[in-house]
Amino acid sequence: MVLALVEHQDGQVDELSLQALTLARDLAGGDGVEAVLVGDGGREASALLGAYGVACAHVAEDERLGAYAPAAWAQSVLELMDRLEPSGVVAAGTARGNEVLAHVAARRDLPFAANCTQVSGDSVTRVRWGGSLLEEARLHGSPALLSVAPHTVAAGTVNGADAPAVEEFAPTLSEADLVVQVAEHESTVTAGVSLADAKVVVSGGRGVGSAEGFAILEELADVLGAAVGCSRVVTSAGWRPHTDQVGQTGTKVSPDLYIACGISGATQHIAGCKGAKRILAINSDAEAPILASADYAVIGDLGEIVPAITAELRKARGP
Amino acid sequence: MRILVCVKRVPLTGGRMVLTEDERAIETRHLGFTISPHEECGVEEAVRIVEQHGGDVTVLTLGPAEAEEQVRDSLAAGADRGVLLATDGREWDPQATAQTILGTIEREQGEGGDFDLIVFGNESADSGNFQVGIRVAHALGRPVVTGLKGLSIEDGRARCEQEVPGGRDVYLVPLPAVVTVLEGINLPRYPSVPAKLRARQKPVETSSPERPESRLEMVRLIVPPGQGKQAEILGTGAEAAPAVVEMMREIGVA
Repeated sequence: MVLALVEHQDGQVDELSLQALTLARDLAGGDGVEAVLVGDGGREASALLGAYGVACAHVAEDERLGAYAPAAWAQSVLELMDRLEPSGVVAAGTARGNEVLAHVAARRDLPFAANCTQVSGDSVTRVRWGGSLLEEARLHGSPALLSVAPHTVAAGTVNGADAPAVEEFAPTLSEADLVVQVAEHESTVTAGVSLADAKVVVSGGRGVGSAEGFAILEELADVLGAAVGCSRVVTSAGWRPHTDQVGQTGTKVSPDLYIACGISGATQHIAGCKGAKRILAINSDAEAPILASADYAVIGDLGEIVPAITAELRKARGP
Repeated sequence: MRILVCVKRVPLTGGRMVLTEDERAIETRHLGFTISPHEECGVEEAVRIVEQHGGDVTVLTLGPAEAEEQVRDSLAAGADRGVLLATDGREWDPQATAQTILGTIEREQGEGGDFDLIVFGNESADSGNFQVGIRVAHALGRPVVTGLKGLSIEDGRARCEQEVPGGRDVYLVPLPAVVTVLEGINLPRYPSVPAKLRARQKPVETSSPERPESRLEMVRLIVPPGQGKQAEILGTGAEAAPAVVEMMREIGVA
């Protein structure tokens, strides 16, 4: 049996956990998958898991588990591991999924493979460099601990599955498990289109030349209802805030169209925008690496091309 | 405040990933190297805390002898002393890395007192294992908060902020503690020329620990398919604008 940590909020299962269940079934190879859900709303969220091959959902119940506490989540997983003796434990490769499994690995001195895309026996394929490279590795530990790289495995359903059996359990939590726990949540209201959800992103790199140079990108974004992004060079130079950065160490975007203006196309940047359906590169260098990742390109001075596109869009729309 | 920051030397990859013949490393003959981005911000954060509260910053790296370059860069950014755990250039798995860093921390603490704060990057740019800081924290019995975009020290506690959908989650943890940070927590300074010169005089202790067996054993690296698309050229200069708008209409965004 393979145990899967399923993340959920407001009674809804996180999509990335459903993807992780696909890999959990691969790892189980017919031996069945059970789920562990920690935090408020776990019981409600578990109902749909049968369709994803979960036979039994273990729901951790303790009033102290209302706010996220990584070590307490790990303790919940560890108790089930000791009781059920799974051959593997799988989570989604999210901030929390990776964090909880790293705690589990540390407590049991087991190896842990983060962000896997495939598993077969003790062989895993995992993501490096934010997806720019893959690694084949052997995981020498039992149970196998691994997380699943987001959006690399489809969330597949199984036929004719009933809602899973639900078993509540009360993990034994120590004070130390609750020292690190979310104490406050500060909500931020973002104006305009968010980078992560935008249908179109107009992004600028070194070729934009300055903070002021982004004015023409802002204008184009305004006409398209797009968000403005940038490369790491731009945030390192202080031209734009880090919240605008698209890349391995910034935001991962998946718009219908990504417009890369004056961006050379370093792997660090491509790792953040390769989820786009289409990429348009606007670059003065016809040999720039970005062209190997782009669907369309316009060669020339972005200072002329970007305003010309804005004007053409305005003209097409009429007065 | 006595602070330790752990950093990793990584290649500055350009537009393409090229592997060595044995497919076990990136071909780096023509590449420069840097501090992995999250850790570069870790150094800056530690230096800022010490500028505000007093204390000292030790920077530690485990990597080839050439990683002294990244230690010196950290010293130029304001760290006070360096510790280089020199390897033979082979990769270490995260468990081996954590175990060896732990041994060094215990020795350092025996000699100079406990570190109030130990800073890691959330994950390294290259191997991205997301676990070394957490393993070290567990072995030391200290709290660990990961993925920080905000950190301040108040009344012997660390106020730790994570960016989450819709806002920020805040954790308040007692010191001593371990934190892992993300790029964007600050904007690292460019070291001045005098700072670079001073960095050459700062002490760096070097040792060569034994490499434990890997339990997450790399077999080979693979360049994923999909690189090498050929972009359709819509035109040159401002005259291309109608073709661009036509394309935008076709895909339904204009």
